Amino acid sequence: MTTTTAAPTPPPVSEAAPVSAPRRRANPWKRRAPLLPALLFTIAVTQVPFLVTVFYSFQSWNLVRPGSQHFVGVQNYVDVFADSQFRGAMLNTVLLTVVCVFVSMLLGLGLALLLDRKFVGRSVVRTLIITPFLILPAAGALLWKTTMFDPTYGLLNVGFGGNTDWLSEFPLASVMTQVVWQWTPFMTLLILAGLQGQSKEVLEAAQVDGAGRWRTFASITLPQLSRYLQLAALLGAIYIVNSFDAIYLMTQGGPGTASTNLPFYIYQRAFEGFDVGQSSAMGVIVVVLTLVVATFALRLMFRTFEVSGGVK
Amino acid sequence: MRLGRVSLTAFTWLVAILFVFPLVWMVLTAFKQEADAYTDPPKLFFSPTLEQFAGVFERGFLPYLANSGFVTVLSTLAVLVLGIPAAYALSIAPVKGTGNALGFFLSTKMLPIVAAIIPLYVISQNVQLLDNVWALVILYTAMNLPLAVWMMRSFFLEVPREMIEAGRVDGATLPTLLSRIILPVVAPGIAATALICVIFSWTEFFYAINLTAARAGTVPVFLSGFITSEGLYWAQLSAAALLASLPVMIVGWIAQNHLVRGLSMGAVK
Repeated sequence: MTTTTAAPTPPPVSEAAPVSAPRRRANPWKRRAPLLPALLFTIAVTQVPFLVTVFYSFQSWNLVRPGSQHFVGVQNYVDVFADSQFRGAMLNTVLLTVVCVFVSMLLGLGLALLLDRKFVGRSVVRTLIITPFLILPAAGALLWKTTMFDPTYGLLNVGFGGNTDWLSEFPLASVMTQVVWQWTPFMTLLILAGLQGQSKEVLEAAQVDGAGRWRTFASITLPQLSRYLQLAALLGAIYIVNSFDAIYLMTQGGPGTASTNLPFYIYQRAFEGFDVGQSSAMGVIVVVLTLVVATFALRLMFRTFEVSGGVK
Repeated sequence: MRLGRVSLTAFTWLVAILFVFPLVWMVLTAFKQEADAYTDPPKLFFSPTLEQFAGVFERGFLPYLANSGFVTVLSTLAVLVLGIPAAYALSIAPVKGTGNALGFFLSTKMLPIVAAIIPLYVISQNVQLLDNVWALVILYTAMNLPLAVWMMRSFFLEVPREMIEAGRVDGATLPTLLSRIILPVVAPGIAATALICVIFSWTEFFYAINLTAARAGTVPVFLSGFITSEGLYWAQLSAAALLASLPVMIVGWIAQNHLVRGLSMGAVK
């Protein structure tokens, strides 16, 4: 959902220096025409269903009881806030997103630093490292569930000994492992792009001035990387907060609700419980929360891009 | 110093191999008999067989593959058809409120898809689009369009303004301007954008599992069939996972550099 209010600070668009000749300004609709199909399509497919969700959230409606639909005001919201499973799922979502984004960025930074030098077989190593991003997440999830985490024949137990049932004892951590594995290549690629975009002269100058490796990294490389890191964090968070594949395929949210996140919980309530009203109310709450976080993130992102001269 | 370099290289290789090891293991398992797939200790050496791949096709893999191909190609084309003019209007001939439009596009990516799934399900049901590939084409187009507009806009900004001015002075209309002057310059950027749309469409799971079944199911839906069946057949599952991922894997390997440019939204030359 989200209207344009989510974009508080417009990015540094080159509105100030339009290429067009003045005569073109006479007909603004002609200029807008190329934008409209994409804009209208996006509004129709992404905003309209959300408005319908808002409408459903004020209804009591169970799909298995046809004709049960009626207006109940905010009752669904009251029920959802009283639901401890919903709060648990919310906590799991936050944990999953924060931990996965942070860990995969840290690993990505490490891998990118290793890759940012000339060595034998560098392109092969890079190819190896991006591959987990190219595999189907569904395939990755099933692969980890079976060949890695299986208590009897899984490679983790074979490798480290013991017979831990990873998916029942550490369900959320297991899911996180798979998600981190999947997203680390993405982070690596983005950060590597940032590393390779650094100016060589500045780095050499620092060396000439006698700055040590760590010093150079901390005071030159990291600041230059910051907008890549932010882009990586933002894009990573957008996708990881919606994680569904790994949970659906690896743990089904269990045991109990130990690894249930919001997308999976809403899915369960809607498609297994057939409770349209309550699951819609949850959807609305998730969107409002996301909106708050996103507005903050967007503001931050636009500010960074402005400082660094905009993404070109 | 030299020894340090060598050991750092060795370390890099070791990390990379450990990192892809689950995938290496998947490839090995795909060529095993089921009996060789579950052994303790795991078998590194075995007589390879193609039996599992044959089994995957016997389970009816092809229709799912065809659905995935159809949905991916059509939604990516639709993204380009809608997105290229939009990116043009947000970069080369920026309209009023460009910043708001860009913010709007990006903000739709922050809408959790789960918040719209119920109406989408009900609407699809009412217009006979449930378990229909066209529903996925429409949704994947909308899913990828915002990011594509952002990426392509940043590539469009790199087109030298003098070239466009010159074209305008010569009286070129918008279609001519796009096809003769702008597109040749931004072609690599558009390729990078298309590649990322292909990856996201091919791997999408949530819409596919909720809105399609046997008729319009895509490859991820086929894979999810492995958890509901009697137990897990690891070797066959590995073969299916490999086959399902192979198209995107190959495309991604070939176009690595494009991928990097696309992901960094054109920030890297």
